[in-house]
Amino acid sequence: MKFSEQWLREWVNPAIDSNELSEQLSMAGLEVDGVEPVAADFHTVVVGEVVECGPHPDADKLQVTKVDTNDGELLDIVCGAPNCRQGLKVVVAKVGAVLPGDFKIKKAKLRGQPSHGMLCSFKELGLIDDHEGIIELPADAPVGKDYREYLGLDDNSIDIDLTPNRGDCLSIRGIAREVGVLNRMDVKQPQISAVEASISDQKAITLAAPEQCPRYLGRVIKGIDVSRPTPIWMSEKLRRSGIRSIDPVVDVTNYVLLELGHPMHAFDLDTLQGDITVRLAAKQEKLTLLDGEEVTLDDDVLVIADDQKALAMAGVYGGKDSGVTLDSKNIFLESAFFAPDAILGKARRYGLHTDASHRYERGVDPQLQRTAMERATELLLAICGGEAGPITEAVSEQHLPARASVTLRSSRLAKVLGVQIADNEVTEILQRLGLEVSFANGAWQVQVPSYRFDIAIEEDLIEEVARVYGYNAIQAVAPAAQLRMTDRKEAQISRHTLVNALVERGYQEAITYSFVDPKHQAMLFNEAAALTLPHPISIEMSSMRVSLWPGLAGAVAHNQKRQQAVLAFVETGLRFIPDEKAENGVRQEPVLGGIRAGKAHVEHWSEGDRAIDFYDVKGDVEALLEKTGEAHLFRFVADQHDALHPGQSAAIYKGERKVGFIGALHPQHEKALGLNQRAFVFEIELDAIAVRRIPVAQPISRYPSIRRDLALVLDESIAAGEVLAELENVGVKQLVGLNLFDVYQGENLPAGKRSLALSITLQDTDKTLEEAEVNELMDRFVSKLKDEFNATLRD
Amino acid sequence: MQLQEIVAQAEAAIANADNPQALDDVRVQYMGKKGQLTELLKGLGKLDPSERREAGQQINEAKQQVQTSINARKELLKAEELKAKLEAERLDVTLPGRNAAVGGVHPVTQTIRRIEQFFGDLGFSVKEGPEVEDGFHNFDALNIPANHPARADHDTFYFTPSTMLRTQTSGVQIRTMEVEQPPLRIISPGRVYRNDYDQTHTPMFHQVEGLMVDTDVSFTQLKGILEDFLTHFFEESLQVRFRPSYFPFTEPSAEVDVMGKDGKWLEVLGCGMVHPNVLKAVGIDPEKYTGFAFGMGVERLTMLRYGVTDLRAFFENDLRFLKQFN
Repeated sequence: MKFSEQWLREWVNPAIDSNELSEQLSMAGLEVDGVEPVAADFHTVVVGEVVECGPHPDADKLQVTKVDTNDGELLDIVCGAPNCRQGLKVVVAKVGAVLPGDFKIKKAKLRGQPSHGMLCSFKELGLIDDHEGIIELPADAPVGKDYREYLGLDDNSIDIDLTPNRGDCLSIRGIAREVGVLNRMDVKQPQISAVEASISDQKAITLAAPEQCPRYLGRVIKGIDVSRPTPIWMSEKLRRSGIRSIDPVVDVTNYVLLELGHPMHAFDLDTLQGDITVRLAAKQEKLTLLDGEEVTLDDDVLVIADDQKALAMAGVYGGKDSGVTLDSKNIFLESAFFAPDAILGKARRYGLHTDASHRYERGVDPQLQRTAMERATELLLAICGGEAGPITEAVSEQHLPARASVTLRSSRLAKVLGVQIADNEVTEILQRLGLEVSFANGAWQVQVPSYRFDIAIEEDLIEEVARVYGYNAIQAVAPAAQLRMTDRKEAQISRHTLVNALVERGYQEAITYSFVDPKHQAMLFNEAAALTLPHPISIEMSSMRVSLWPGLAGAVAHNQKRQQAVLAFVETGLRFIPDEKAENGVRQEPVLGGIRAGKAHVEHWSEGDRAIDFYDVKGDVEALLEKTGEAHLFRFVADQHDALHPGQSAAIYKGERKVGFIGALHPQHEKALGLNQRAFVFEIELDAIAVRRIPVAQPISRYPSIRRDLALVLDESIAAGEVLAELENVGVKQLVGLNLFDVYQGENLPAGKRSLALSITLQDTDKTLEEAEVNELMDRFVSKLKDEFNATLRD
Repeated sequence: MQLQEIVAQAEAAIANADNPQALDDVRVQYMGKKGQLTELLKGLGKLDPSERREAGQQINEAKQQVQTSINARKELLKAEELKAKLEAERLDVTLPGRNAAVGGVHPVTQTIRRIEQFFGDLGFSVKEGPEVEDGFHNFDALNIPANHPARADHDTFYFTPSTMLRTQTSGVQIRTMEVEQPPLRIISPGRVYRNDYDQTHTPMFHQVEGLMVDTDVSFTQLKGILEDFLTHFFEESLQVRFRPSYFPFTEPSAEVDVMGKDGKWLEVLGCGMVHPNVLKAVGIDPEKYTGFAFGMGVERLTMLRYGVTDLRAFFENDLRFLKQFN
């Protein structure tokens, strides 16, 4: 909420400057978002009167004027504003004036006509307002008076960001009350007296939905002149509070809204058919709003209706047909209490957020309706003339919020805050807040005034006491707790450890958005359905990722465009797989994903300049698997994936469970993903690699090991992994090492064959292996491979 | 030839031998089976027995002298050879080494890890939760009923009216309290989402939520632990202030500001005493137990710690940005 500091100070005027006041409000929980002067710096600007005004002889759009500024002679001023006219009170920047932007006013000639000053618009004076043309001052503005002084422009607009619980502060009245409490000062209320009825017209009011609207006051006012100008003191206060002056009826209701925090509404009396009923809308009932839009109402929407139809959406927005116009002569003024629950969510449902709904949603003082009505009537009659009828009040006392009575225990206060505030100090704070307090048996019994509708439970009072006492006056103490050790599961491999393992191998951890471009996702994961955000930031950020690959590819593309040659990213996070059986219809699986592209390393004087390939990335994954201490449980099996190169992709299995995928991104996707080089990706379920084996120590052999090499010739279609697995399967307990150290294909081998060179290390735990035993074991290996794969030994 | 002359010749030859082979040739020439000194020894028999003893002694001494010289020369040659070999192996030690590249952990993760460490040391355990969340855990159980104005402030990404991307990690509080009983000390880091994208907002960011529930947890302790944290996180004693605020799930609530280098207060986290309705919703007796909760914006803390000025840089994953944190 934005308001004028001067206006506030009319109510309560502590001897502190604007900065201190802002600080004080912020520290009381009314966060000041900004303090802005209501006018920019300017001087030598005064009130003037246009005495003569005629067309410029040589310019169509200019007028030549003589302006009185009460200093003995009339000023010749040329003005280009269409609203400049004889008799108008204006704002004159005299010769010597300096306007915002260091704009100096000097004697000048405009198309041959002398111009000794300038008639000012709001904009030229740096005033926030969207009115066109020069400023029009009221007829009673004193000619010659300094304009800053006249308007009291040495004022600030203070913008406070109120939390939803402090609806009571959405007014000058509320903020003043708060400032009064903080400075221990009384608050001056404006004198609001009842306006005697001078006519007897009134409308009957029926509360057909008393739970939603337990109090409704109406008043007929006849014979008003809406064309009269709003007094400048009022329009200035509105302007400084960020509200544009429209016409006196709207301005008065807005003024009361700002001053007292009570929304009002005015209907054109002559459009109303019969009496007033406050009721819930009929199903599918239509209402054309003030802005011309027709809405279809749900049957939980509260409306103000006459005998014919709904007139307005209660507490939210007025209707077009019953709205007050410049031609309206007679009006029906509403001042009602709508229950927050009746208004909550309605404005949002229809996309209408208004100052009224903002307040009704947060709560309005249920005892304020009559005061607001009298205040508005008084102001309206003073501006527009007219005669007021008596106030008609319909009320359902039983549905009005009961005045809360809350108990605050001294012991509870001390327990929650951790400090002992003296009882009399607490009493004093509560009383300053306007609460009726009695203290007995270590507890305060508190009667809450109607305007503090936010206070309902003991914690609310604790917060109030703490707030006024001052959060910063409460000491800071280290928490005390029983020393208990936390679970530190040795078998648990944290994701930090896994990410670190890849970081050591040159990977950079990335964090990419969880929502990705649906086009990319559909392209890479042909069959997979994805969760879609109905209202995304943009369509490119609308599909919940089913894999980390789209995001990682995006990171690579971003960097390739910026000439980065060595790219390796790792990310951990959730992937979102729609699944009706899962909680909230989606499996949220933690995964670890990686991508590498470009060169294997920075071009090196001895290592050369090599592009990354499948085995680099596979090595990275294998390093992760090693962390589990059970790498042998994992297998890489050639497999197909829409996202991947058909000849360079593998599923990663842990036992019989597929836990991940690795491969080259399919070249046909590169362009769409913005990649300019081959990229290799992997993704593995974190759960599969998050547990490591707790070691069970085995004695180490004291006897020498023996290495024998085998050069095998096999069909090229036989996977090396199967060969190695088969060797393990032979079940030779002396086999302690198996390493594939060469792969050869080409000359000296028949077409379709390749040679694998393996080293086999044998060792016995009980004795030194004899040559004969070694040969026998090697024969077993060779014959197994011959049987299984038709392998031969290379000569 | 005189013995001394032979020795002198041998010494000269030894000194001239400039490689092990030449030295060995010298050895053979004088000490070998047919070497000059060996021949002299063989000639001893022709001498008169009275002279034989002394002559033999002299020849043996000469042999020993020559052998010593050969040995010394051999050591010298070996040392020289090694020196030459090492010289030949001299490297340019200023050439770049191999495989020096090490990557790095994302700055947001670094901050999360530090926070986990600080609170982990105090016995807070790390809890994680789902990011697609239901209305109960994201709002209702946190004392934010439907239509509550606070919901409008959240700019929630809804999937359906009852499912959404979590707007805060506070839901993990609820999930933890549903299954665990006090005393509780948890923190829960993670991604959260708000439908807002501009200079100072990204639609995804990270929060660390903290919760402590025990029989005597108070606001003074909340202040204590957070001031302690901020001092340790920034490794300097910053001016800190607690400003009253409002969160539906805590009361009293506060926002915590630290004084920036520019003399302006900067909001770094929100906190408060757990609202009794929240405790009741998960079956914890608020009369017996009290608790505090806090939530901090990881990006904001990271920006302050490392002087990052553009929030959006965190999710562009530009290596030039990320590598600064390695």
